[in-house]
Amino acid sequence: MISQLTRDERSSAMYLSGLLVLFGGFLAIAGRNDVLGWHGAMLVFSGAILLFALISRFYDDEPARESRHEYYDDPTKFGVVVAMIWLVFATFVGDWVAWLLVFPEATFDAGWSSFGRLRPVHTTGVIFGFGGNALIATSFHVLQRTSRARLAGSVSPWVVLIGFNLFCIMAVTGYMFGITASKEYAEPEWYADLFLVVIWVVYFVLYVRTLARRQEPHIYVANWYFMAFILVVAILHIINNLAVPVSLGHAKSYSLFSGVQDAMTQWWYGHNAVAFFLTSGFLGMLYYYLPRRAGRPIYSYRMSIISFWGITFLYMWAGSHHLHYTALPHWVQNLGMTFSIILVVPSWASAGNALLTLNGAWEKVRDDATLRFMFVAAVFYGLSTFEGSFMAIRPVNSLSHYTDWTVGHVHAGALGWVAMITFGAFYTLVPMLWNRERMYSSRLIEAHFWLALSGTVIYVFSMWNSGIIQGLMWRAYAENGTLAYSFMDSVDAMAPYYVARAVGGFLFFLGGVIGLYNIWKTIKMPAQAHTPIYDLPPVVDVEPAE
Amino acid sequence: MEFDHNFFVGFAKSYGLFYMMAFFFGAVIYAYWPSNQEKFDHAAKSILEEDKVVQK
Repeated sequence: MISQLTRDERSSAMYLSGLLVLFGGFLAIAGRNDVLGWHGAMLVFSGAILLFALISRFYDDEPARESRHEYYDDPTKFGVVVAMIWLVFATFVGDWVAWLLVFPEATFDAGWSSFGRLRPVHTTGVIFGFGGNALIATSFHVLQRTSRARLAGSVSPWVVLIGFNLFCIMAVTGYMFGITASKEYAEPEWYADLFLVVIWVVYFVLYVRTLARRQEPHIYVANWYFMAFILVVAILHIINNLAVPVSLGHAKSYSLFSGVQDAMTQWWYGHNAVAFFLTSGFLGMLYYYLPRRAGRPIYSYRMSIISFWGITFLYMWAGSHHLHYTALPHWVQNLGMTFSIILVVPSWASAGNALLTLNGAWEKVRDDATLRFMFVAAVFYGLSTFEGSFMAIRPVNSLSHYTDWTVGHVHAGALGWVAMITFGAFYTLVPMLWNRERMYSSRLIEAHFWLALSGTVIYVFSMWNSGIIQGLMWRAYAENGTLAYSFMDSVDAMAPYYVARAVGGFLFFLGGVIGLYNIWKTIKMPAQAHTPIYDLPPVVDVEPAE
Repeated sequence: MEFDHNFFVGFAKSYGLFYMMAFFFGAVIYAYWPSNQEKFDHAAKSILEEDKVVQK
């Protein structure tokens, strides 16, 4: 990593690491025994390690000037491996949480392992740790290839990746210490949120500056999806996390919003996190890696543009469907419901576009588990967006809300769509990145595919069953007009489905372990003798003449 | 003019439909404008042209 930086870049990296130490030091001193202080100490420690590494290798040889004419893939390589590590860690925690619902005593009497703390560790770990690193890594790769230009900076990609991972680590350790901002998918406290804002702005500026260097006149559609992901997540993150800390030395803060406004802001954020973190960026992945792997251009480029604007525009209004039958005004609920239903059109346009691209190449889908991952992802994308629109209809929501059906729906999207498209993209990307002829083992990809698919299907089916039974039990009345079942009755009735869900989750986790092993063994394989041309952008002097 | 709750609700319920439809037609017209076809075809195929392999 450091060997690829010039001496000037090494010194600016040192300044930035010094800043990290100072920022961490401020938090550590101001926070003292508060969790804030521990997180400050962690940042000091991380900054010091970076500084030490940079100082000890400062006078190493600089990279050859020609290497500046190549794409910059070290950050992507780092992101891919780190994403897979997050996947294994966070799906392990997820399966643990699933077993907690079967055996509540499996917390081993510790505070940090209680359900309420481990669950956000799982959600943050999979969404931000795995999903976020996968998005950053693939966006850097796709951006450079489709622009035919090198990243506009050698230090800033590392600021993004290392900073983002420090944020994720602050988040998950914070939950285990017991701090939370009590906002779904936005649990980290104010100091971590501010830290992420800086990282995210660096990410967006880097993206736009690289696009400005492009050698292609037209910006390929995948870049639009990635840019929407970066820009909108910044807006969502900043607005939803507006808060006033108790003091600069304390982790606790209070949201700027209260009551139903707070709920509406939170679910405007929450549903758009699904839209722009878990959909838009991954569609960017789909529009690049699926045509590449299939060897066919996207079926309709026009349709990809229209569905881009459809998804970007419609999702913004859909969040209120999370608040049906609450204090939220009725017309706002109707608005969210209506937009949620219309959303199925651009969503299916994207899923259909992907499947029509594969139409005529089914033998490749049959033979190639990598392409099959992306095929299954498109199918699950179509299914879960239809299901989501359906569940957003208020009377349907009266049955499904607060039940496991919602959990099943989320996992159909997260496992079936987000994770599957990422695996397909990674298995396409890894041999390209490390210049290997192919992945280490195609049989292991096959094993991963079937574990992931069967795990997802078992998970989703058991949650459909438990969710609908829960919903029906909660609304069943006895002859004398009282509720027929107590809440505990419905909990007892869930036991077999919870066991099935935890088994499905375990299969999915196992697939992730195999994937990480396969990627690791591929990295250890000898490189090919020749370099594919896609590893070289057209020759232009990217640096000003000296 | 006061920029209060009523103002925004009024705007959303009156002009909302029109600016949204205008936006939608804008996107459709851009996507189907005949002279853009060539650009889109080129973009769709460009990502596949990277597959050629050279000997170093």
